[in-house]
Amino acid sequence: METALAFVVGGLYAAGLYCLLRRSIIKLVIGLSLLGHAANLLIFTVPGLTAGQPPLVPPRAATPPAPFADPVPQSLILTAIVIGFGVLAFALVLVHRVYQTVGTDDLDDMRSTDT
Amino acid sequence: MSLLLILPIVIPLTTAAVALLAWRSRAAQRALGVAGAAALLGVGLALLATVWQAGIQTVQAAGWPAPFGITLVADLLSAIMVVLAGLVGLAVAVYSLVDVDPARERFGYYPLLQILLMGVCGAFLTGDLFNLYVWFEVMLIASFVLLTLGGERAQMEGAIKYVTLNLLASALFLAAVGILYGATGTLNLAALSRQLGSVSPPGLVTALAMLFLVAFGIKAAIFPLFFWLPASYHTPPVAVSAIFAGLLTKVGVYALIRVFTLLFIHDVGYTHTLLLIVAGLTMVAGVLGALAQDELRRALSFQIVSHVGYMLMGLGLFTPLGLAGAVFYVVHHIIGKTALFLVSGVVRRRCGTPVLKEQGGLYQDAPALAVLFLLPALSLAGLPPLSGFVAKLVLVQAGLASEQYAIVGVALGVSLLTLLVMMKIWSEAFWKPLPEASRAALQGAGPPRGGAAARRVMMAPIAVLAALTVGIGLAAEPVFVLALRAAEQLLDPALYVQAVLGARP
Repeated sequence: METALAFVVGGLYAAGLYCLLRRSIIKLVIGLSLLGHAANLLIFTVPGLTAGQPPLVPPRAATPPAPFADPVPQSLILTAIVIGFGVLAFALVLVHRVYQTVGTDDLDDMRSTDT
Repeated sequence: MSLLLILPIVIPLTTAAVALLAWRSRAAQRALGVAGAAALLGVGLALLATVWQAGIQTVQAAGWPAPFGITLVADLLSAIMVVLAGLVGLAVAVYSLVDVDPARERFGYYPLLQILLMGVCGAFLTGDLFNLYVWFEVMLIASFVLLTLGGERAQMEGAIKYVTLNLLASALFLAAVGILYGATGTLNLAALSRQLGSVSPPGLVTALAMLFLVAFGIKAAIFPLFFWLPASYHTPPVAVSAIFAGLLTKVGVYALIRVFTLLFIHDVGYTHTLLLIVAGLTMVAGVLGALAQDELRRALSFQIVSHVGYMLMGLGLFTPLGLAGAVFYVVHHIIGKTALFLVSGVVRRRCGTPVLKEQGGLYQDAPALAVLFLLPALSLAGLPPLSGFVAKLVLVQAGLASEQYAIVGVALGVSLLTLLVMMKIWSEAFWKPLPEASRAALQGAGPPRGGAAARRVMMAPIAVLAALTVGIGLAAEPVFVLALRAAEQLLDPALYVQAVLGARP
């Protein structure tokens, strides 16, 4: 399972980077979102997966029976997803405003502040 | 004592919340903005005094013992950075009273400034890598809105680059955090510091170090990852770019110093030599960029890049003296750079244009402003007796002691070029007479908003910062001792680990 997910993570990174390198600002946002998903899936996969063993403590016991799925990466991802959602919402509004203000969605036409 | 560690986060949060409640009252928001920043500075000073006397302070949120709970840690470096955040926050909040237009104030400028300060202080105080990511995001989202508030075309174009590259850095940081957790099973900095030595294969740790170098390097604007900075820092109002220039890139530098003294110290020959090379290239690239600029804030933005190189140099040398130099340089740079950006705003108001060629005559018209520009400018170039001289002297001595002659040569050469940049700005904006076309345009535009009282409010924070840069230069000993103590703490991770995890082996 980890091997399959590793390929998915790699595919997401490749797709995200490809989108980032395009000139359209919409693809830029899609690329950023894909990179975020890739990172989340990476956090999920790297510590190892344990299927069908939720970390629940049975009655009158102090620890769940080993092996159990590590809950920490999942809580990290939960936080990262929420943050990513907020940032993505901002990025979408930004892209819309940029399109309204500059009148193009082509990054090559946004060089007036470059040096 | 635990309250002191939480207050630098709670004060800006409370101020922002109350300011949001007073959404309709601009006057209340302005007063709250200044008061919150002043309170932050006060708490920062109290925290610094406590850490100085009693050593590293820690708080475990809700009493969950480390490494399971949320840990806040303040060592000397963190405390120094919180003080600087309060200082810059206060200077910028006062300056904003005049500089930021009513439209921006109505759309929540002051609450955003406080949220930014909260994110910065949180990043300085956290003892957990994932929380560092969260604080980075808090800081970023506030900076995104501050950068785009107003919606001018230049702001939008700059913001696209700023947002994209910072989000890319965050994604890399998050990936590095995930892999690090997979390798060690913890994200508490102290626990990581204890466990990273036994990770196999050791190459994985070095690879992770590189991932963190790129992620934090984008945020700190090191070579070759700095291009977003000069493309965006000159677009928002001067007050905003002053706090960005003073604080935000330095959070990246702080994160680099933290991970490369606490975590990645097992292959110093590779990682820290690379840091030295990057430091040299960053210095040169920044100052060459600054030389080519024809606008005050753009030149200053490129100089930030160059100065980040000096801080990295101290980290790359990895000796007590080198790190003390880096800490001293951060202190001096934050004060001097904020002052210069604030000056650039006054210059722009007086000349009516940001372009250097169209400015002039300020030495004659505003000698006080000229002096207030010259002090931090010469300080950043490293002339005695100002603070930059001491900072560079320490770094050069540390470099010579480590026999890294190449980087010392680069540092000295770049100082000379920095002086050249400053003299170019001086001769264009201050020394030469105001061009006739600009004079005519100014008279056509009428007097600037606010008049003499407003000008005094703008000059006050600049004067205080300039006085500090002179003061630190003249009385360098206490600051240097502080920096040296901070460096010794950084170079002995056992102190940090023991403060967080207790004395168990």
